[in-house]
Amino acid sequence: MKSTQNPERGTGRLVRALGVASLGLGVPMLWRTTEVARLVGVDDSATAPAVIKGVGARELAHAAALLLGPQRAVWTRVAGDALDLAVLGHAIHERQGRRRQRDRVTRLTAATAAVAGITALDLYAAARTARAQHGRGRPGPLSLEASTTVNRPPDEVYAFWRDLANLPTFMLHLESVTPQADGRSHWVAKGPAGRKVSWDAEITSEETGRRLAWRSLKGASVDNSGTVHFVPAPGDRGTEVRVVLHYDVPGGLLGRAVARLFGEEPEQQVRDDLRRFKQVMETGDVVRTEILPRGTEAKRQLVQGVAQASGSASNGRSAR
Amino acid sequence: MKAVVWQGPSKVKVKEVPDPQLLNPRDAIVKISSTAICGSDLHLYDGYIPSFMPGDVFGHEFMGEVVELGPGAAERRPDLKVGDRVVVPFPIACGACTPCQRGLTSLCENSNPNAGEAEKVMGHSPSGIFGYSHMLGGYPGGQAEYVRVPFADVGPFKVDDDLTDDQVLFLTDVLPTGWMAADMCDIQPGDVVAVWGAGPVGQFACLAAEIMGAAKVIVIDRVPERLAMAAEHTGAHPLNYEETSVLKELRELTAGRGPDRVIDAVGMEAHTDLAAVHAYDKAKQVAKLSTERPQALREAILSVANGGTVSIVGVYGGLVDKFPLGSLMNRSVTVRTGQAHVHRYLPDLYRRIRSGEIDPRFIISHHLPLADAAHGYDIFKHKEQACTKVVLTT
Repeated sequence: MKSTQNPERGTGRLVRALGVASLGLGVPMLWRTTEVARLVGVDDSATAPAVIKGVGARELAHAAALLLGPQRAVWTRVAGDALDLAVLGHAIHERQGRRRQRDRVTRLTAATAAVAGITALDLYAAARTARAQHGRGRPGPLSLEASTTVNRPPDEVYAFWRDLANLPTFMLHLESVTPQADGRSHWVAKGPAGRKVSWDAEITSEETGRRLAWRSLKGASVDNSGTVHFVPAPGDRGTEVRVVLHYDVPGGLLGRAVARLFGEEPEQQVRDDLRRFKQVMETGDVVRTEILPRGTEAKRQLVQGVAQASGSASNGRSAR
Repeated sequence: MKAVVWQGPSKVKVKEVPDPQLLNPRDAIVKISSTAICGSDLHLYDGYIPSFMPGDVFGHEFMGEVVELGPGAAERRPDLKVGDRVVVPFPIACGACTPCQRGLTSLCENSNPNAGEAEKVMGHSPSGIFGYSHMLGGYPGGQAEYVRVPFADVGPFKVDDDLTDDQVLFLTDVLPTGWMAADMCDIQPGDVVAVWGAGPVGQFACLAAEIMGAAKVIVIDRVPERLAMAAEHTGAHPLNYEETSVLKELRELTAGRGPDRVIDAVGMEAHTDLAAVHAYDKAKQVAKLSTERPQALREAILSVANGGTVSIVGVYGGLVDKFPLGSLMNRSVTVRTGQAHVHRYLPDLYRRIRSGEIDPRFIISHHLPLADAAHGYDIFKHKEQACTKVVLTT
C-alpha cells in the first residue's frame, strides 16, 4: 500500500505542515512586530504590538503542540483561529467608515480572508483527526462502563432495575421513565443547559435475574443504548452489577470535552448513579446530606455548599 | 441554632446557622447536651484535611436527646423514641451493606454520598463521618445545639439516666478508638505494648492494653502532665522523647527485643525532638507536597520487635514521605489500621463503664460552654492550662 493511500498518515502530514506554518507565522510576529502590524493594517494602534506578540507566542505554542503532541492538538489551532477572527473583526469595526482608514480596512479585510482560509484548512484537518479516531462519518459514540456490588440477591436487584420507572430514583439525569402498554417506554432526561430531552426506547433482550438490554427508538435526539448484567458475587457478597451505556453524543470527543467544561464527568456520573442504586437497594433510599440535600436532584458535586444545615430558614427549633 | 464553624486555618467561631432538618426517613434530630473536641478536630482546625471548607461545622463526639425521629427510623427500631438520651458513634453506618454486617462500620459503603471524591484520594472510600470534610460525606458536625443523625435506627445507643454525660460521652469516639488500637494488636501473654501519643486516644489505648493483659505498657509523649496522667490512671511506663532517645530506651526496656506491639495514637501532625526532621516534614506539609508529618509512625515501625504488630489509629489524610518500608517488609511486621468501628465496640464498653471497670472521666481537663469553643480549640491545640480534653456543654 502506498503511504498516500493511508488516510491516517495523510492526516498526520497535514497536521505537521500546519505546525510548520504556525512556526512560520509566530517567528515574524515576535521579532518583526512593526512590519506585521503595517502589513495587516493596524500600525495606528498602540495596543497592536502587544496583541501581535501575544498571537506570535501562541503560534509557537501551536507549533510545539502540533509537531510534538498528538494529532488532535490541531483543535487548538481551530480555537486560536476563532480568537484571531474575532480580533480582526473588532479592528475592522473600529476603522470602518473613516476616510483616512480606507487603506487599512482593505489590508485588514485581506488579512481576515487569509485567516478564514487557514481556519477552513484547520477545521478540515481537525475533522480528519476526529474521523481517524471514531470511524468515517460518525460523531464519536460515547461508551461508558461502571460496576458495583449490591448486598442483595440477584433476583431482587434485577426486579428493581427491570421496573424502568425506578431508574430516575438513582440516575441523576433522568426525570422520568414511563413504561407503555406495548412494552416500550418513554424516557425524559435533563439535557445540557437545562434543556429537556425525551425519547422512546424498547427492551432489546432480557434474561430474568441476569441481564437486561435496551435501546432508543428511531427519532431520539441522542441515540443511546444500555446493557446491565447481574451476576452473583462470590462468597455470598450479593450481586455484581455491571452497566455499559452507549451514547451517540453530538461532537464526539469535542462534545464530551464541552460537557466536561460544564462540570459533567460522564464516567463519574455513571459511577455515582450506581452508588445511588446501591444505596436504594441496601438502605431503601438515596442518602442525602446537607451539601447534597436533594439526592438525585442535587447539583453537581463541584458546586457543593458548606456543611451546615441548608435550605429553608430556621424552623425555630432553637427557641424551644 | 449555634454551631462551631471553621473559618480557615486556626480560626473557629460560634455562629448562628440554620437548624438541621430530617432529609431521609431514617434520620433523627438530636439536641446536643455534651460534645467534645477531638485531637483529630485539630487536623481540621489547622487545615490539613483535604476538602474541609470554611463554613463547615465541626464535631463528631456528641450526645444528647432525640427530639425528632423520621418514620423510617421509628419503624425499623421501635425501641428508639423521642426523648431518649443517646450517644452517637462518629462513623455513619447503614447497617445493611457487607462491611456493616461484618462489624466494620467505619467502612460503610452507603453513608458517604461523596465517595467519588474520597476514591480519588484513597482508592476506595471509608464511611461518612460527622463534621469531617466533604470528602467524608459533608455532614455537619455535632459541635452545635442540634445535629441530624442519618440511619438513626443503627447508630444512636441509649444510655441510662443515672450515668452522667462525662461518663458516657467518650463512647462516641476516643474510648472505642483507643480500645480498638489495642484490640488490633491481638495481645498475647508477655507482650510489651508501646503507645505513641498520650492524648485521650493514647490514654485509652494504654488502659485497654492493660485490661487485655499486656505484660508492660510504655507511653511516649513530651507533655509531662499527660505522661503523668497515663502513669497514674493506666499504669503505663512514661517516656518523654524530649528527655531520652526513644529507640534506645525501648531497646533497654525490652532487653533488645523491642516492643511486640506498637500503637500510633498521634497521626499526621507529629512533633519530634529532631529539629531537622520536623522542619523537613513541616515544610513539605505546608507546601502540600505531603499531607503527613509521620515521625511517630516512623519511630514506631523502627522500634517494633521482629514479627510484631503496628496498630495505627492516629489519623492520616493522604500521602507520606520517607517511610521506613524496608524495616516493615524485612521483619515480618503486621500492620493493622482503621477508623474505629465504634458500633461494634460500644455495647461492651458501655457495660464496662456501667460496672465501674472503666471510668473514662480522668481525661477531662476542661468543661466550657459551647459559646467558648474558640478558646477551647486554642488551649487544646497549644496544650495550655494542662489541656487534655475539652467538653463543650450547651
